[in-house]
Amino acid sequence: MIAETNGTARAGRAGAAVVELTGVTKRYPGGVAALEDVDLTIARGELVAIVGPSGSGKSTLLHIVGTLDLPSEGAVRIAGHDVAALADRELAALRARHLGFVFQSFHLSPGLSALDNVAEGLLYAGIPRGERRRRAAEALERVGLADRVTHRPHELSGGQRQRVAIARAVAGDPLLLLADEPTGALDTASGEAVVSLLRDLHAEGSTIAVITHDPEIAASFPRRVRLRDGRVVEDTANPAGRPDQAAPAGNSVREGAA
Amino acid sequence: MRRRRRDRAAGTPRPVPASLSAGDTARTAFAGLRTRPGRVVLSALGIAIGIATMTAVLGVSASSRADLMRRLDALGTNLLTAEAGDTLFGGKARLPKESPGMVGRIPGVRDVGATGLLDVAVRRTGKVPEEETGGLSVRAATEGLPRTLRAGMRSGTWLNAANSRYPAVVLGSVAAQRLGVTSPGEQVWIEDRYFTVVGILDALPLAPEIERSALVGWDGAARLLGFDGHPTTIYERSAEDRVRDVAGLLAATINPRNPEEVRVGRPSDALAARAAAGDAFTSLLLGLGAVALLVGGVGVANTMIISVLERRHEIGLRRSLGATRGQIRVQFVMESLLLSALGGLAGAVLGVAATYAFALARGMPFALPPWSVGAGLGATLLIGTVAGLYPAIRAARLSPTLALHAA
Repeated sequence: MIAETNGTARAGRAGAAVVELTGVTKRYPGGVAALEDVDLTIARGELVAIVGPSGSGKSTLLHIVGTLDLPSEGAVRIAGHDVAALADRELAALRARHLGFVFQSFHLSPGLSALDNVAEGLLYAGIPRGERRRRAAEALERVGLADRVTHRPHELSGGQRQRVAIARAVAGDPLLLLADEPTGALDTASGEAVVSLLRDLHAEGSTIAVITHDPEIAASFPRRVRLRDGRVVEDTANPAGRPDQAAPAGNSVREGAA
Repeated sequence: MRRRRRDRAAGTPRPVPASLSAGDTARTAFAGLRTRPGRVVLSALGIAIGIATMTAVLGVSASSRADLMRRLDALGTNLLTAEAGDTLFGGKARLPKESPGMVGRIPGVRDVGATGLLDVAVRRTGKVPEEETGGLSVRAATEGLPRTLRAGMRSGTWLNAANSRYPAVVLGSVAAQRLGVTSPGEQVWIEDRYFTVVGILDALPLAPEIERSALVGWDGAARLLGFDGHPTTIYERSAEDRVRDVAGLLAATINPRNPEEVRVGRPSDALAARAAAGDAFTSLLLGLGAVALLVGGVGVANTMIISVLERRHEIGLRRSLGATRGQIRVQFVMESLLLSALGGLAGAVLGVAATYAFALARGMPFALPPWSVGAGLGATLLIGTVAGLYPAIRAARLSPTLALHAA
């Protein structure tokens, strides 16, 4: 219900698309094309699953959406910025302000407490230390780890670690949360907890793109983008909770938006 | 970087990276070291050894110098000597008989003493072969000599009018030791008879030739040993501020006709020169310390390169969190700086402690040139920066996507 109101409210604003890929192709040296002519638009408030077998270009897509990599061809707009027009340091600033990453292997600093790990996520956004720690505590509370603030990563379970990583990604209120196989290293129960956390965050208004090869998780998400051999072969929008994109989100429709 | 100014969404300001505060930069670098304490200690050790060596070498040599200067101050730098040099034709010059008296009349001169070298040997007994002089000589000495040299008597008395009438001799400290004479009253053999030792002098660092002499009274030497009355060395003590003037007048006063035949010297100069000169051994040790420091720097660079390889994930993560290449570079240079500063600090403390212990053990004053600590710290920071630069550049160049790939 919350998502619906948020979605409607955000759709009404100009530049509501957080991600706009137009004709994106990524070729690696040697001529291997990881992505071929991909069009993809993600609007504010969406929860998208990007699925496909390994080698289908999921990770490349995530890296390009996350501005960690640049396309060989095509245009990428993130949060209204033309990525090609930005210098490397401006891309870094874009990531610091607007993007949050969650990785399969968590990438937490072993020497830091959960709180400091989360606070580290705000370091490059230019937020003073006290404020970073305050927001980190808030974010940990959001992911249900208020009682694990001082624990080090090795004192936490896999599921808890991933929740710390998610707290780190959302502490700065990013426009887009990118998760790369967030349940890949977790057992089923922990994985389900993480997915339900992502759903809760989505319900609170976060825009989330999750890479997964788990068909069950993918099926439970409002929208699925299926990749194969670097091409989008399926892009479904689940009408529930997505009033502005009730029509199946075909590539041609997205092009109009760009 | 591609920097095409064509942001399609006019009005969307270009994102500007936030700069990290100094505290955050330091904290990030420190956190990188804290997780690997063993390696930090080992790689800082190289720097510590280098700095400790250099600090200790400088400290020990400064302490030795301070000790020498202290002794020099005690001996006084106002003592001048005038010796018979060579004549124009290569022969041995002689100083006029009356010259000690003339020197005494130079303004500023306080004390005058003279010795005349005799061509005779001093031995323990007549049975010792004449060639075995033990490096000792026999000199005629004026009464004013000990006062001029500020020579104390270790035992016995100096030559005076009373004892000079008999075959009496005073031994320098080294001469007494070599002849095996420990107290006055013993006898030594000079030329062809026994002389009675009436006194033994203290050590005389400013006149080592006196330490190695048997001294006979001026008149006694003339009577018993055929001394011709020409002094060979004149010692003169003057007011500290007149030393330069006296030195200028000395040669002309002693031998007005041939002043070039008089060699004027200042014995304290030799000691002062020794104090001032950083001897070759110190330079060698200093060089060794520099090499240790350099090797330490290579060790730090090595550690940092390994650290960059190991922490690819962390670098990738930081890039994904929004760190610019510059911020990654600064982080690793800072880490390297911290690492070597740690070593430098430990080394400086170690070096100062070693110097202190050395000075204490030798009874020397503790001295350390203040610039040496500054220079050591400066060298440390320079080495830390240079050692960290290459690893830091490598870290910054790392592709974030590769760095994030699951291990």
